[in-house]
Amino acid sequence: MRRIALAIGFLLLTAVAAPAVQPDEILPDPVLEQRARALSGGLRCLVCQNQSIDDSDAPLARDLRILVRERLVAGDSDKAVVDFVVARYGDFVLLRPPFNAQTLLLWAAPFLILAAGAIFVWRRGRRSPAADAGAVSPLTEDERSRVEKLLRDEQG
Amino acid sequence: MIVEIGHYALALALGVSVIQVLVPFWGVVRQDRALASVGSSAALISFALVALSFAALVASYVRSDFSVSNVVANSHSAQPLIYKFTSVWGNHEGSMLLWVLILTLFGALVALSRNTLPPRLRAGALSAQGLVAVAFLAFTLFTSNPFQRLSPAPAEGQDLNPILQDLGLAIHPPLLYVGYVGFSITYAFAVAALIDGRIDAMWARAVRPWTLLAWTFLTLGIAMGSYWAYYELGWGGWWFWDPVENASFMPWIAGTALIHSTVVMEKRDALKVWTILLAILTFSLSLLGTFIVRSGVLTSVHSFASDPARGVFILLILVFFVGGSLALFAWRAPLLRQGGLFAPVSREGALVVNNIFLATACATVFVGTLYPLVLEMVTGDKISVGAPFYNATFVPVMVPLLLILPIGQSLAWKRGDLLGAAQRNAAAFGVSVLVALALIAFTHGGPVLAPLGIGLGVFLVLGAAVDLGERIVARASGWRAMLSRAKGLPRSAWGTALAHAGVGISIIGIAAAAWSSEAIAVLKPGERLTSGRYTVVLEGVSPRTGPNFRAEVARFQLFSGEKELAPLEASKRIYTARSMPTTEAGIRTDWLSQAYVSLGEAQDGGVAVRLYDKPLILLIWIGSIVMALGGGLSLTDRRFRLAAPKRATPAAAAPQPAE
Repeated sequence: MRRIALAIGFLLLTAVAAPAVQPDEILPDPVLEQRARALSGGLRCLVCQNQSIDDSDAPLARDLRILVRERLVAGDSDKAVVDFVVARYGDFVLLRPPFNAQTLLLWAAPFLILAAGAIFVWRRGRRSPAADAGAVSPLTEDERSRVEKLLRDEQG
Repeated sequence: MIVEIGHYALALALGVSVIQVLVPFWGVVRQDRALASVGSSAALISFALVALSFAALVASYVRSDFSVSNVVANSHSAQPLIYKFTSVWGNHEGSMLLWVLILTLFGALVALSRNTLPPRLRAGALSAQGLVAVAFLAFTLFTSNPFQRLSPAPAEGQDLNPILQDLGLAIHPPLLYVGYVGFSITYAFAVAALIDGRIDAMWARAVRPWTLLAWTFLTLGIAMGSYWAYYELGWGGWWFWDPVENASFMPWIAGTALIHSTVVMEKRDALKVWTILLAILTFSLSLLGTFIVRSGVLTSVHSFASDPARGVFILLILVFFVGGSLALFAWRAPLLRQGGLFAPVSREGALVVNNIFLATACATVFVGTLYPLVLEMVTGDKISVGAPFYNATFVPVMVPLLLILPIGQSLAWKRGDLLGAAQRNAAAFGVSVLVALALIAFTHGGPVLAPLGIGLGVFLVLGAAVDLGERIVARASGWRAMLSRAKGLPRSAWGTALAHAGVGISIIGIAAAAWSSEAIAVLKPGERLTSGRYTVVLEGVSPRTGPNFRAEVARFQLFSGEKELAPLEASKRIYTARSMPTTEAGIRTDWLSQAYVSLGEAQDGGVAVRLYDKPLILLIWIGSIVMALGGGLSLTDRRFRLAAPKRATPAAAAPQPAE
């Protein structure tokens, strides 16, 4: 549903109201329900922008929530449920992207950048900038004339 | 007629902005002060014209002039006046006009500012800023004209999107845009300095107030948007790592880094090249945000092609300003001389570390936001990058930064004493660890990360207090001396402490969210639902009619334990013009926590109700406001205000050509 808000622009408010999980979906077994909630929080509502099926009111999200609960009731492990959903909808459904060749750069990027920054600063720190330390940038023509003028005014 | 005047004024503003770009630039090249000073007049005229244009659009909205297609698409005669007004920017065209209005406002402020800007820098900056204005005025006029007439005019408008019919729309976008666009000034100053080939502490001092101003507003804008989402969406989520949010968060992180690096530059004349680059990147991220949101590239790579005119235009603007300024940077930055020295263990060194971490954090959000787009374009495969990714990457990058913040803050300038700084913060750290341990013991079996997060937040708040305390108490004897020291402390020191404490406060609120609880049930009148510390009893459901909507209102009585707190209402609305539903949550603030009730569908003779207990949730936004207060307080620091009289003196002694 966030598509609607996208039309509006920079606004951060990007989802349409209406809560997701309906009372009739809730499993009687609180442990299973807890697992269902945790799983749904990591599965993407396919027709929404970055919303999990746990948060989305889209009919498709509801179908997926019910599907997750059916698999859990049938005795699937958490991993089996996720695998089942991924087999149907692809990696797109995972809000936490899987770690594989395609996403290697995505997952590694933050740590590579941090390391690169640290190494860069460390190397620069070792290469002492003392050579530049005493250097004062010379005055421009404009500034020189202003200084002279100020000095003149002072005397006069 | 008013509409045509507005349209005409906008076109004229484009022409004036072209003058604002060319004439002062020529003046800088020719060293001609008279030409260089034209920029100021052009910036003022350009702002006046855009303001006139904006006023014309406001008038069309307020009078429900349905001969303007933009008004038809986004307004309705039955809307309350405030929403007629805010509808102006509740749509693409109008919000572009607001964007341009704020852009030219900043140009006018630079023209008016009486600080010690070297004339060449001012002229160059106005020229560069004018170029941004030209690009966005042209974009508005040629692809997003809000003044398009419609004939024949329909009798009624299509109403503003109902979720936007909220006070949030009056506050959030203007704040956010002032933040976004404010960074165009630092960008313009950076470009001007690069063209000039000279940059010094004076530059940093000239730029710092603008950065602080933009940052302060961006902080408030993001916080306000987050609170708006929280109360409007009906399930109490307040941050989604949505690309639209990331688009505003990236300039915020980069701007935070910029504020810190300009401190080093002002103090030590160091980090010049990096600061210039950051100034360019911060605004580039604002532009990237504009592109991401405006082009439709987000929804999918394919919808980008559905409205190519806008998307391609913004892409060109993005490529021109980012590519152009980076090329200029690559060409001219080697000319900039590095300034003063400092030991690695020093306040400056700590600020360098701050910048490494903030740059990494920003890059993380950047990669997370754009990776799916790029992957889809390259391979056609679709992946999602959601909250779990950021929790696993962004959070680990930020936590070490925040942990060393109080220590870095109490290091001395130039050459610091790490052991001493650690000792000064030892008590604060000890207390925070105790708080975390006590919470772990107290909430045994609950989430473990939450107490640790709260410990971190407490450490930041106490660390900020320690920093102030050291400056006020340590070297003073007696109350009187302390008071005078407190008075003598520069405002920017208070501002820094406040902003850092604000970060801590927000973190406490975010961490405490782990203890929020939720309950869902179908309630019939008289039945009760309990979640966490709160209980609601449904008293009844009744229909109600608003100006442009129908509502089903459920009335509850809220209890905390057995203590009766307050009556509470939650409703579902249907806006008639678009027959679109919204939920209005019932929220009761209880000290720093909130009880949050929202309605679902009516079923089985009852209504679906969900009740949330949100402990300490308000701290998230209180912290943001404290951060912004810190920014505002720094903005009033002496050294930014004192500039004026200095300039007046020589001018009085010897009349100079008008500027």
